[in-house]
Amino acid sequence: MTEINKNVALRTQGRPANHQLWRSWAKVRRNKAALIGSILILIYFITALLAPVLFPGKPSAPNLIRSLERPSLEHPLGTDELGRSILGRIIHGSRISLLIAIGVVSVGLLVGVPLGLVSGYYGGKIDFGIQRVTDTMLAFPGFLLALALVAVLGVGLKNTVISVGISMVPIYIRLVRGCTLSVREQVYVEAARALGTRDVMILMRHILPNVMVPITVQTSLGMGTAILFAAGLGFLGVGVQPPTPEWGAMLGSGRAYLFHAPHVATFPGIAIFLAVLGFNLSGDGLRDALDPRFKL
Amino acid sequence: MRQDSLLSIRDLRTQFHTYEGIVTAVDRVSLDVYRGETLGVVGESGCGKTVTALSILRLLPSPPAEIQGEILFEGTNILDLDPDEMRRIRGNAISMIFQEPMTSLNPVLTIGEQISEAIRIHQGVTRQEAWRRAVEMLQMVQIPSPNARAHEYPHQLSGGMRQRAMIAMALSCHPQLLLADEPTTALDVTIQAQIVDLMQRLKDEFEASIVLITHNLGVIAGMAKRVVVMYTGKVVEQAQVKDLFREPLHPYTQGLLGSIPWMGRKLATGRRLLQEIPGIVPSPLEMPDGCRFHPRCSRAMEICGKEEPPLVQPDDGRKVLCWLWA
Amino acid sequence: MLQYIAKRLFSTLPVLLGISFLLFFMLRMLPGDPAQVLAGQMATPEEVENIRHQLGLDRPIYTQYALFLSRLARFDLGRSARTQSPVIKEIWARLPNTILLSVVAITLACLFGIPAGIISAVRPYTWIDYLVTSMALFGISMPVFWLGLMLVVVFSIILQWLPAGGTGSWKHVILPSFTLAAFVVAFIARMTRASMIEALSQDYTTTARSKGLKEGVVIVKHALKNALIPIITVVGLQFGLLLGGAVLTETVFAWPGLGRLIVDSILARDYPVIQGTILIFGLLYILVNLMVDLIYAFVDPRIRYD
Repeated sequence: MTEINKNVALRTQGRPANHQLWRSWAKVRRNKAALIGSILILIYFITALLAPVLFPGKPSAPNLIRSLERPSLEHPLGTDELGRSILGRIIHGSRISLLIAIGVVSVGLLVGVPLGLVSGYYGGKIDFGIQRVTDTMLAFPGFLLALALVAVLGVGLKNTVISVGISMVPIYIRLVRGCTLSVREQVYVEAARALGTRDVMILMRHILPNVMVPITVQTSLGMGTAILFAAGLGFLGVGVQPPTPEWGAMLGSGRAYLFHAPHVATFPGIAIFLAVLGFNLSGDGLRDALDPRFKL
Repeated sequence: MRQDSLLSIRDLRTQFHTYEGIVTAVDRVSLDVYRGETLGVVGESGCGKTVTALSILRLLPSPPAEIQGEILFEGTNILDLDPDEMRRIRGNAISMIFQEPMTSLNPVLTIGEQISEAIRIHQGVTRQEAWRRAVEMLQMVQIPSPNARAHEYPHQLSGGMRQRAMIAMALSCHPQLLLADEPTTALDVTIQAQIVDLMQRLKDEFEASIVLITHNLGVIAGMAKRVVVMYTGKVVEQAQVKDLFREPLHPYTQGLLGSIPWMGRKLATGRRLLQEIPGIVPSPLEMPDGCRFHPRCSRAMEICGKEEPPLVQPDDGRKVLCWLWA
Repeated sequence: MLQYIAKRLFSTLPVLLGISFLLFFMLRMLPGDPAQVLAGQMATPEEVENIRHQLGLDRPIYTQYALFLSRLARFDLGRSARTQSPVIKEIWARLPNTILLSVVAITLACLFGIPAGIISAVRPYTWIDYLVTSMALFGISMPVFWLGLMLVVVFSIILQWLPAGGTGSWKHVILPSFTLAAFVVAFIARMTRASMIEALSQDYTTTARSKGLKEGVVIVKHALKNALIPIITVVGLQFGLLLGGAVLTETVFAWPGLGRLIVDSILARDYPVIQGTILIFGLLYILVNLMVDLIYAFVDPRIRYD
C-alpha cells in the first residue's frame, strides 16, 4: 500500500491540509455562533424578566444632582442628563424592547401568516389582491413604512408596536405564500384533496407544518429587526416617549451630550447591538440546523 | 506495463472524510488503458466509476477527498504533479465529458467562448484563431450552422446538441485520453445512438483512447472492446467485451447481464426470465466482511463471508475478484 | 427582451396606483378635518376654506381621488403647511443630497463587500472567512444611528479629523456615507459569499477546471459571472433600504436630505410634505428595482434570449 500523497492534499486547493481538524472546527464553529447567540438571548430574556430584582427602584426617577456622571462603582455605566443610572435604565429598557419585539412579531405572524396561506393556497383573485397590497407595502424600505405609519397613528409604545408590526407583515406574507405555493404542488396535498379533505384541514395539517421552518427562522431574525426599528423610531423621537426607558430613545436624548458625556449614548447602543446580534446569530444557527441540505 | 499502455492506474484509493466517517469510494482499483482503445467501465450508481474518473483528473476538492496510489500517464505519475503541470494536462492531454450537459455548461457564456477558451490556453493562439477552430469543432460534431450556434448560449440548444458541444469542447485540443462519464444517459434513445456513432468516428479520427463510463451495457457492447466491472469501489471483473457477454465469470456480472431484457438468447445460466440481484448495494459505511458481494450472491461459499477474495487471472486478458475462480 | 422590459414597466403600474391610494387614504385616516390638517395649525379659517376648495375636499370622494391623481401627474404635491412653499420645491432642493449619500454609500459597500465575499467563498472556514463573516454579522446587528454617533465620537471629538455634521466639503461626506455603508456592506458580503459558494459548487465549475483553466479564471469568469445575478438583486434592494436608513443617518449628521425632511415634517405634522416625501421615496425605490431588473436582463443571457 503506497504512502499518503501529502502533496495532493496540500496543493490542490489551498485549504488546510489537516482535514480532520478542519472538519471538527467547522462543526464547532457553526454551533459556537448559535451558542453565543442563544446565550445572548437568554441573558436578554432573564434581564427583562428580573429587571425589578436586578435594579430595584424607579429607573426613570430624576436625580439632578448626579447628572452626567462618568461610570463609577456606584453607577457602573454612569448617569444620564437627569441623573438616572444608565445601567438601571438599560436593564428596565430590556423589558420595553422585549415587549415591543414580541408584540411586533406577533402582529406580523397573526396577520401575515394567514394572509400568506390564503394567498398561496387559493390563488386567483384573492392572491392577486393580496399580492398587489403587499407589493405596495414593499415599495418602501421597511423602516420608512413604519415611519409613515407612525406619522398617521401617532407616537407612543402601542403605536410603535403596531407600525413596526404592520411593516413586517408583507415579509411574512411573501415568505408564507412562497412556501405554500411549493407545498401545494406536492403530491401528498393532491392526494389529500382527492380524499375529500376540507381545505382548512389541508392548510393546518399539511401546509402549515412545512411553512413552520422558514417562519421560525424569520421570526428569530424579525425580533432583531423589530428592536432595531423600534430603537430607530425612539431615536427620532417618534417612538416610545420619555420617560419610558427605551434604548433608542435613550440614544436620542443622549445625542445632545455627545461631546461632554459620550457614555450616555454609547451604552444603550451596545445593549441594542448585543440583543440584535443574539437574535441574528441564533436565527442563522436555526437556519443552518434546519436546512436539510447541510452545506459544508 | 505494456509498451502501448497510455494510462496505468495502480492501487488507486480515493477516500472522503465525512461527518459520519471515512467513505472509501474507490478501493484499490488497478486498470490499464491502451492506446487507441475504448475501455468500458460498468457498474451501478455509486460504485465509484465517476469518482475514479474525477480522481484521474484530480478534480475532487481535497479536503475532504484524499487520493492514494499511482496514476501513470505516459510514464509520469500524475498524482505527483504540481497544480500548474496538472492544468496543462487537463483539457489538453486528458479531457472529460460529463453526464448532464445542461448543468455542466456555463449558462452565461456562449458555446463558442466555452470551446475556444481551452484552445486559447493550451494551443496559445489568438482569439480569432481559437474561435475559428472552435467553429470547426462544432462542425465536426455535426452541429448545423456552427457559426451561428457558436454565438448562442447553452439554454438555446437541445439536449443532443449540448452533448455534442461538450464533446467538441473536450476534443478541441486533441487529447490522447477522453474520459466520458455517462455521455448518453441524459439523452433520448434515438439521440443516444447518434452520439455513440459520433464518438466512435471522432475517436478514430483523433486517434484517442476513451474510458467510457456507463451503467448501460448496450452502449458498452456498441463501443468498447475491453470492459471493467465495478462494484462498491472495487474492480470485480475485467475482460474483453465479447468474452464478458458470452461468459461472465463474476456472479455480479452474471446478475447484471441476467437483468437485461434480451430477446431470444439464452444466457450461460440457461435462464430466459428477467433476473434480479436480490438485496441492495451496501452503504459505504457498513461494508460486509469478506467479499462485498457475498450477501447478495447466489453462489456464496463459507470463505466468501470471511476473507476478501483475491484478484485471479483465469485467462489471458481476464481478471476476476471471486473465490469461485481462485 | 423588449417584452421583458415592457412587462416589468407594466407591473409597476399597480404599485404606483397602490401608493397613490395609500397616500390618499392616509390623509383621511387622521383625526379631524383633512383641510385643516393640510393647512396646518397656524392657518386662518379662510386659508383652510381655500385649501378645501382648491383640493376639492368638499366634493364626493371619487372626484377627490381623481383630482388627487391628476395633481400627482402634474407633480403638484401641494404646499408645505409650515413654510407654504411648494412641496415639490422643498423635495427638489434636498433630493440630490440624499442621492449623493446613497450612491457613495452603495459604491463603498460594493467595493468592500463584494471582494470580501469572494475571498470568503474561495477560502471557506479559514480565519479570513471567519473574520469576514463575523464583521458582516456585526454590521447588520448594529443600529446605524449608534454607529454614526460612535464614529462622530471617535473621528470628530477625539481625533478631530472630520466634521460632525452638515455639508460643505468632501470631508463632510465621509462619515455619513461610511455609516450608511457599514450596514449595507454586511448584507452584500454575506450574499456574495453565499452566491459564490453556490456557483463554485455547480457542475460547470468542475467542467471549467477539467479544461485546465487557471483557478483565477474559473473564479472570475465562470463562477462570479453567475454569482453576480443574485448579488445584483441584493445591491438593488440595499440601495432601496439605504434610502430608508438615510433617514436616521441624515438626522445624526444633520445632512440636508430627504430623510431629515421627512422626520422634521412628521414632528411638525406637516402633512403635505410627509405625503410628498413618501411618494418620492416610493417612486425612487420602484425606479431602482426596475433598473435592477433591467441590469438582470443584461447580465443573464437566459432572460435576454427567451
